[in-house]
Amino acid sequence: MAIEVKLTANLQKLAGGARSVQSEGATVAEVLEDLERRHPGLRDMVVADGQIHRFVNIYLNDEDVRFLGQLNTPLKEGDVLSVLPALAGG
Amino acid sequence: MPDGSNQMAVTVYIPTPFRRLAGNQTYLKAEGRTVGEVLDALGSEYPGLKDMIYDEADEIPGHINIYINNQEVHSLQGKETPVNDGDEMAVIPAIAGGAALTPEQVDRYSRHIIMPQIGPVGQRKLMEAKVLIVGAGGLGGPAALYLALAGVGTIGIADFDVVDLSNLQRQVLHQTGDVGRKKTESAKETLLSYNPDVNVVIHNTPLTSDNAMEIIPQYDIVVNGADNFTTRYLVNDASYFAGKTLVDGSILLFDGQATVFVPGHGCYRCLFPAPPPPGLVPNCAEAGVLGALTGVMGSIQAIEVVKQILEIGDSLVSRLLLFDALSMEFRVVKLRQDPKCPLCGDDATITELIDYEGFCGAPFPGGHDGIQVS
Repeated sequence: MAIEVKLTANLQKLAGGARSVQSEGATVAEVLEDLERRHPGLRDMVVADGQIHRFVNIYLNDEDVRFLGQLNTPLKEGDVLSVLPALAGG
Repeated sequence: MPDGSNQMAVTVYIPTPFRRLAGNQTYLKAEGRTVGEVLDALGSEYPGLKDMIYDEADEIPGHINIYINNQEVHSLQGKETPVNDGDEMAVIPAIAGGAALTPEQVDRYSRHIIMPQIGPVGQRKLMEAKVLIVGAGGLGGPAALYLALAGVGTIGIADFDVVDLSNLQRQVLHQTGDVGRKKTESAKETLLSYNPDVNVVIHNTPLTSDNAMEIIPQYDIVVNGADNFTTRYLVNDASYFAGKTLVDGSILLFDGQATVFVPGHGCYRCLFPAPPPPGLVPNCAEAGVLGALTGVMGSIQAIEVVKQILEIGDSLVSRLLLFDALSMEFRVVKLRQDPKCPLCGDDATITELIDYEGFCGAPFPGGHDGIQVS
């Protein structure tokens, strides 16, 4: 399943500066595993101990996966994931 | 009761000074065929209100203006002006010693007043509103600036910091000569130079658990322009406890986020249940921020405040707006109230302000006893 993953600027440095990366996986967890292979270090910014960090949201299209199936949320071809950490700046 | 065949249902806006006479309601429904009949219907239901809108001769006194769909009825047919179903009426008292709006105010705010969504009634709402800006920095600056230009009556500025030269790359309230001055004082001077009509209240102190519940309840709406997670969670919780709408914005590098938290419809903890461990998500001082991005996001916050005050449009309640300046993309994702939220969920465990320094696991940016809000 080809999935596009959008990254905020803060995470882009872990993906070679790309604002959006292509990935493969049938669930959110699989995509994160695939991303980790391609961009080591990225997954740790998003999950720990099998849970999404509480200061990071992952959106499947426009829906927060916390309200879907968390890391087990199934994906389909063409889905867009957005990884969104909290920002503190004002 | 009349047969009702010609009775029109009208919504009547009651401004703050009269609200206690109208059961503390902002909007009343009343029926009638003319402005006079609608006022009579209101008067019979709320006798205290009747005394305010009619003089001894049963006429509308000169210091009260009645608007129907933003048009003053004196310029129509006065009390005989016919009304239609769905019309909006407003009863607007003069402010001390003047007309509802002075000629200068009509001139100054004319580009707003001519818009049907605002009009003189909306302008009065703006002039009666009280908005607290947390942080006189990148977001708070443009937000406060546009609210002051719009004539928002009372603008509170909470910040304890002084202007640093590195602030001037983005913080529009402060100028080169202000370096070293208190941000609140610099902000007040700038806002008043733009619009002396506005009352700027400064809170030149770190916002803490000790004073947040004294300061926030004084306002109708809170704008979050804080630069650290500690203050963000404090302001979120205090706004929720005070029952205030919080217009949230945050920025880093090229990214901006904005949303509106109305108590009962999701809060910052529903969006981000916990802050990141210190050091994992950098702040603007560590990572940088595009100056003009603060203008975009601060302006969006000002727009949301104005819409809340005017009760127009679709707010960002239950939606999170994301702006990526590099791809120049705006996106909107859903923001749900979390039933498990410890603040506003079904089994809330947070019932008063907590130790935010402990919760966020980091010392306050402003020092051991202060939270930096810039």
